[in-house]
Amino acid sequence: MDASALDEASLAGSAVDIGETMQAIAEHKGCGTSGGSGKASCGSQAGRGELPTEIWEKVKNHPCYSEEAHHHYARMHVAVAPACNIQCNYCNRKYDCANESRPGVVSEKLTPEQAAKKVLAVASTIPQMTVLGIAGPGDPLANPKKTFKTFELVAKAAPDIKLCLSTNGLMLPDHVDTIARFKIDHVTITINMVDPEIGSKIYPWIFYNHKRYTGLEAAKILTDRQMQGLEMLTERGILSKINSVMIPGINDKHLVEVNKAVKSRGAFLHNIMPLISAPEHGTAFGLNGQRGPTAQELKALQDVCEGETNMMRHCRQCRADAVGLLGEDRSAEFTTEKIMAMDVNYDLEMRKAYQAKVEEERVAKVAAEQEELAELASAMSGVKLLVAVATKGAGLINEHFGHAKEFQVYELSTTGAKFVGHRRVDHYCRGGYGQEESLATIIRAINDCHAVFVAKIGGCPKNNLLKAGIEPVDQYAYEFIEKSAITWFKSYLEKVQRGEIQYVERAEAAIRQGALISAA
Amino acid sequence: MPFKIIASQCTSCSACEQECPNVAISEKGGTFFIDPKKCTECIGHFDEPQCVAVCPVDNTCVVDASLPRYQAPA
Repeated sequence: MDASALDEASLAGSAVDIGETMQAIAEHKGCGTSGGSGKASCGSQAGRGELPTEIWEKVKNHPCYSEEAHHHYARMHVAVAPACNIQCNYCNRKYDCANESRPGVVSEKLTPEQAAKKVLAVASTIPQMTVLGIAGPGDPLANPKKTFKTFELVAKAAPDIKLCLSTNGLMLPDHVDTIARFKIDHVTITINMVDPEIGSKIYPWIFYNHKRYTGLEAAKILTDRQMQGLEMLTERGILSKINSVMIPGINDKHLVEVNKAVKSRGAFLHNIMPLISAPEHGTAFGLNGQRGPTAQELKALQDVCEGETNMMRHCRQCRADAVGLLGEDRSAEFTTEKIMAMDVNYDLEMRKAYQAKVEEERVAKVAAEQEELAELASAMSGVKLLVAVATKGAGLINEHFGHAKEFQVYELSTTGAKFVGHRRVDHYCRGGYGQEESLATIIRAINDCHAVFVAKIGGCPKNNLLKAGIEPVDQYAYEFIEKSAITWFKSYLEKVQRGEIQYVERAEAAIRQGALISAA
Repeated sequence: MPFKIIASQCTSCSACEQECPNVAISEKGGTFFIDPKKCTECIGHFDEPQCVAVCPVDNTCVVDASLPRYQAPA
């Protein structure tokens, strides 16, 4: 039985003919050519007018599928799917720390009924929460009953909320039709390889058809099922995002191949994430000293793949019970105990009114950027540089340097300001103790940036940043990020032209790994 | 010898619960527990014990040597 199942799985990957449907979706990627920045991407920059209407409608308020949306809209994950059917060397689900933000980690499991109540509670408190995802802490499709029961309950109680799920893909082909029936129009598959040799270094085993497979055989089944599942999603017009974990020395170069393989099968968006492998997480990679990539290595790979497909650069690798905007986590406000005590009144009209205001804000932001861009177009320069931004969301420079938990990174050139990533840091303001060390960590995290835009900054960190060659910029407090960055860049270029300052290249930056230290 | 779960190592992921052909596994005090009266070591169902094959922590679903071996009905 096992042998025949394997044959079937191996064949299935190539058996599906997806020709025309896929071509149609692939053509939708015309978003790469329009807009000021030359090679924008749906995931990172494409906006209204650059995507076909039906696709824009699907992604416009999904923070993970639209970079622009992630400044304004929030998502939540419900941890109803604890079981998993594969073992990954970068995952260890036993570890749980309230300050830890990475996939596979949750503080409590929920039943589908508890999850539905939580969704309503969050939707009523955070009207810009538009997306419910099921991402674990195991694999949603290894827990199909709990996963689909949750979707059913939520679709009934809160029909305006978008549903999505994130899977390793092993069981995806079996559930694609159910996914389509539940109108789940966003599915993420984690694909780290298309070569079983490489897969065997990432996955020690899989559990499939009542049997544990190891080595090449396991990786072969997994990759075949993933490709088949992706093709089936594409056939049905379900948008797919591919998550890949970049593991230096194992799949870093290979991810270019993965990118081509998923693009040719109609993937909408590719999200290459850095390996998280701190030894204290107890993962196989963490324990054997496998390092993660530097910020430069990650960006270089994303840049190479961007020529091929839309890249997501705003992923925060969030927990399976995360709540809020992508850069924040409000899950602690919505523990089961607190939800059960809440008097929830689901007010669809209030949510619609709030979201209409958000849309006005977005339009204003884009208009402001366009205005600045028009002037920049006349400037001639090959200079490209990065700047970091302290923001709480809404596309504004609205965070104090000392309160920032992360900095968003924009690449500035004469074609405009392009979001290219974010850097997690610990709070700098922690009541005095350990501030020097914390400031050094922040500088390491944004060491590749020429400037940092903040709403406010103290005198001491200001001097230290200047010493490190990073210009602290606080004159655009509470203004739009892109517009301000372009204005600053124009004056930077003018100063370079006048010979007042010299353009120097910045050094490497580190990606932080460990648990966040709670603010005192 | 039916199988047992070493509670201190169990991550409570519930993967074994849904794979058990005998419905012998349930949650008890935050972790999972195999009812030795219902466990058949998957004999007659599958080539390998399903709880062992799916468990994410090695050596957590193990043979309970203190109990007599499961006898398949004649």
